[in-house]
Amino acid sequence: MGENAMKVLVPVKRVIDYNVKVRVKADGSGVDLANVKMSMNPFDEIAVEEAIRLKEAGMAEEVVAVSIGVKQAQETLRTALAMGADRAILVVAADDVHQDIEPLAVAKILAKIVEEEQPQLVMAGKQAIDNDMNATGQMLSALLGWSQATFASEVKVEGDNAVVTREVDGGLQTIKVKMPAIVTVDLRLNEPRYASLPNIMKAKKKPLDEKTAEDYGVDVSPRLEVVKTTEPEARKAGEMVPDVDTLVAKLKEKGVV
Amino acid sequence: MQFGLSDEQEMIVSTVRSFVENEIYPHEAEVERTGHVPRELGEEIKRKCLDLGFYACNFPEEVGGAGLSHLDFTLVERELGRGSMALTHFFGRPQNILMACDAEQRERYLLPAVRGERMDALAMTEPDAGSDVRGMKCTARREGGDWIVNGSKHFISGAEHADFFIVFIATGVDETPKGPKKRITTFLVDRGTPGFEVREGYNSVSHKGYKNCILDFDNCRLPDAQVLGEVDGGFEVMNTWLYATRLTVAAFCVGRARRCFDLALDYAAERKQFGQPIGKFQGVSFQIADMITEIDAADWLTLAAAWRLDEGLPANREIASAKLYASEMLARVTDRTLQIFGGMGLMDDFPVERFWRDARVERIWDGTSEIQRHIISRDLLRPLGA
Repeated sequence: MGENAMKVLVPVKRVIDYNVKVRVKADGSGVDLANVKMSMNPFDEIAVEEAIRLKEAGMAEEVVAVSIGVKQAQETLRTALAMGADRAILVVAADDVHQDIEPLAVAKILAKIVEEEQPQLVMAGKQAIDNDMNATGQMLSALLGWSQATFASEVKVEGDNAVVTREVDGGLQTIKVKMPAIVTVDLRLNEPRYASLPNIMKAKKKPLDEKTAEDYGVDVSPRLEVVKTTEPEARKAGEMVPDVDTLVAKLKEKGVV
Repeated sequence: MQFGLSDEQEMIVSTVRSFVENEIYPHEAEVERTGHVPRELGEEIKRKCLDLGFYACNFPEEVGGAGLSHLDFTLVERELGRGSMALTHFFGRPQNILMACDAEQRERYLLPAVRGERMDALAMTEPDAGSDVRGMKCTARREGGDWIVNGSKHFISGAEHADFFIVFIATGVDETPKGPKKRITTFLVDRGTPGFEVREGYNSVSHKGYKNCILDFDNCRLPDAQVLGEVDGGFEVMNTWLYATRLTVAAFCVGRARRCFDLALDYAAERKQFGQPIGKFQGVSFQIADMITEIDAADWLTLAAAWRLDEGLPANREIASAKLYASEMLARVTDRTLQIFGGMGLMDDFPVERFWRDARVERIWDGTSEIQRHIISRDLLRPLGA
């Protein structure tokens, strides 16, 4: 183990699988999640992969995955364990699969877990693909008073610092943050591995602690009210034009060119 | 009764499915067009599969496999069934008949096969010996303590990439009250053995790129060390190990049918005629209903047969039922999907025509539908003396 060996905490969220065509519930209160394939949030998968790579490189000693949500999030944690995380913490905070735990509540629970676990790095997805809040990492940083580096496309650990390349509008920005730190990861950081068969078989034997939101004294009741959920507007049919001149004329007519 | 999968099984299914979607699907059109899998591509799939610990996962742990149960392995085969067989061939599943190897053969054949260093192929069928296995003309006679083999085998799947072959050869005849009955012995034959040649076979409309080859034996000399199991014990070896291949056909059919069905379902929901999605017409929607019902039925039949094997229960009839029903189900599902696609279904812009062609062989190989019905009915009637 290198002298920088540290613990990495990776929060993972159970979300609707990215291949599923979402349907809005009849009452408009959200999307239908009953009997729908659920998977690990793809950005979180990238975070798990990066944490495991840090461990394989001797930079991290232990990778702990944590999920906050319904009991079924246990499956998501097993996936993280099968990818190579060492142990997992499940915080059951809801019974109804339709109840989303809001970023602030998640960040508060994570802050308590960080106090207990004392990781040097929290590696999280930049956002979850279900509601695209993009807030938990930042809120956690504020609650803990830790440095944050968001939208990472490259992460290097150098001594007590993390050197993080961020994807920002118009290019890449490289920053150095002092650890302990929160890093939220972007799509191009890595390509997550498949779980290997031996690791799948081992996953069940790895420790998975089950807690509740009450254990951490955090109130998870929603602060936001969902007023309405609607399907995206259907794409309007295109129009065929006979030649380029007509096309240019039409574009001018619409004020596009 | 418990109908759900365990967490491990869910992860096995999701890993293999992702593997097939990401590593197999992108190459399918090219393999279909050229009828060929480039060696490098096959090796790459093999290497990835080895890295993931899935190679030879049907073998017990003591010989380096993953020791999956029949049920787990059936789930793997089911997910692989979604992809092109020419390509998933490299997601290695050596013939489990290799477990019959003796100590010395283990080093030369079994262990290298499990490690992915040597690939195998099984050879039984001959031009005049299809369902009638004992009708084989490929013969080995004794000469100076060795065996001299003459004859040929055809329709040999996997032969193109095989380094060695498991070959069933007649080694004598017994006179019985019902007439002469051939004795069969199983041999291990290395590619390159003098007097043994592997040549191109026929062009099949099913599973292009998964070539079938012809094996020719011309005074090919094999020592006793090449005999797998006992001399004249070919049928015992076959009965002990080959039952499981029928189950893999059933599992393949279920996986393939689900992939095909998803195309049919999407098309029925999206394609509009007479101002509405064609799925609104009962002529189409009822086909969808029948398809999913039959797919689920075949799935459960197959998994239940695998479960019986794990439980050590008699499973011969159940495996035959699964193979029979799943292969015939796949024929109906691919045909109905093609009908839902209409003319477009016949064009190679969609994989539907390929699924339809591929499906045809499933009712023929590893025991025709007729042979499966024979097995099922004998199992029921023989005890009653009929």
